[in-house]
Amino acid sequence: MSKISRRKFVTAGLAATAGVSGVVAAASLARRYGLVPPDSSGIYGPGETLTYAAQRLLTRHSLAREFDRSMISKTPFANEIAPFNDAFKRHQANQFADWRLAVDGMVARPGSFSMSDLRSLPFSRQVTEVVCEEGWSYIAEWIGTPLHEFLKAIGVLPQARYVVYFSIEPDWWESIDMADALHPQTLLTYAMNDGDLPVGFGGPLRLRVPRQLGYKSVKFITRLTVTDSLKSFGKGLGSASPEGGYAWYAGI
Amino acid sequence: MLFDVSDAAELEKSESPRHAVFVRVTHWITTVCFFALLVSGGEIVISHPRFYWGETGNDLTPTLFKIPIPASRNLVPTGYGYVLPDQNGWSRYLHFQAAWAVVLTGILYVVWGLWAGHFRSNLFPAPADRTWRAFLGVIGKHLRLKRPDEGEALSYNVVQRAAYLIVIFVLFPLVIWTGLALSPAFNSAFPIAVNVLGGRQSARTLHFLVSVALLLFLIIHVAMVVLAGFMNRMRAMITGTTITGRMITGATITGIAVATPAGQTEERT
Repeated sequence: MSKISRRKFVTAGLAATAGVSGVVAAASLARRYGLVPPDSSGIYGPGETLTYAAQRLLTRHSLAREFDRSMISKTPFANEIAPFNDAFKRHQANQFADWRLAVDGMVARPGSFSMSDLRSLPFSRQVTEVVCEEGWSYIAEWIGTPLHEFLKAIGVLPQARYVVYFSIEPDWWESIDMADALHPQTLLTYAMNDGDLPVGFGGPLRLRVPRQLGYKSVKFITRLTVTDSLKSFGKGLGSASPEGGYAWYAGI
Repeated sequence: MLFDVSDAAELEKSESPRHAVFVRVTHWITTVCFFALLVSGGEIVISHPRFYWGETGNDLTPTLFKIPIPASRNLVPTGYGYVLPDQNGWSRYLHFQAAWAVVLTGILYVVWGLWAGHFRSNLFPAPADRTWRAFLGVIGKHLRLKRPDEGEALSYNVVQRAAYLIVIFVLFPLVIWTGLALSPAFNSAFPIAVNVLGGRQSARTLHFLVSVALLLFLIIHVAMVVLAGFMNRMRAMITGTTITGRMITGATITGIAVATPAGQTEERT
């Protein structure tokens, strides 16, 4: 082996070592600052971590675009939903008079809240776009209780890191980090445009997360859990989406 | 193959590589990423093969154009009686992972290219070639199916230079921009990125059209490589060496000649 190739070999070795230790250091820093998504273990983990970390650093406080009321879609599109289960049908027959949101986990005042409990909290309205991962979109006005107002009312403990929320339909649950949970536009939505939130759009209660794709905005919410770890929920990947092959973080 | 240091130094003088090692490595990383982006992007389009202009668009609104293929979603009115399997989960994961890899590679390539003078010496046309006459001359030669002359095995002609510059400095930046403008979180931090494109659906349509332009470039690029001598051009982009008259005289004593199939030399003279 000539001198030149030995020098090249040593240089390449040093560069590779520096590169690997850089990646290891970056990974441990990212973990410490909560920049690693719960579904980062697979082969797509590096890409997911880069996306989530970059967007968390850039968008922690930024607001989703809001539109003029004149831009509200005349033909909003209610995506396909699985046939309703019996529990939902009973609520539907009763005009959702007994619909409740159960809250547990790392909160000072766990309990169960009726729709009128929610309506008695401060509300906000926003004209934002629903963006589906498939590519289509529509704009609507959404009215409801900001999640941060609700979390304030129930007293979130300081060690909380995620909010997990469940639909009345089986195997339909998601979670968001505290940056999204405390974000002013994250909305426990009960009204849309000029009336109650229609069933097709998630009524009576849908959690709208406007900085992420539509599939994070779970319809028919009945339970909400505040936690510091997602390991014990389902397969520990953060939500039902990664279990079905979709990314946990849907900001892109 | 044994030769000492002084031999190796002399060889390097006589065969400066056709493509620098940095170009070769970034070229093939980009190739792999582009293929991944193309396949996954195509799968994502299949879930909604309808395109719109403006901010919003869905199954209930008129389209700008649609691709006449079946969809992987039940509610898309395609006219076909069946629905393709949903591939969006892994496609989205792969799309963004490949996008990160190609963007980081591209940044390194551009920084290196500026630093090493790659764009100046290899891609920006020489002053004498910056005329429509030179440009049309090359196109005319291609239309008459003339074989490229020997110099073109060592350097790009003006049409190639223009094509590569457009891909590197226009199409790639555009496809990255229009892709980022599809991210609701990115748009919350940089709303101007999507607003100047005319809205979210315009950004999606442009992302698709720029991707089609890149695909057309790829097809012509590969066709040209095949016409110009597939083995030799592939060898140039993999090992860095190419076989020309000049090199054969300088390098027949090296391993390169040994690795060259006998039939490969005839086309170059």
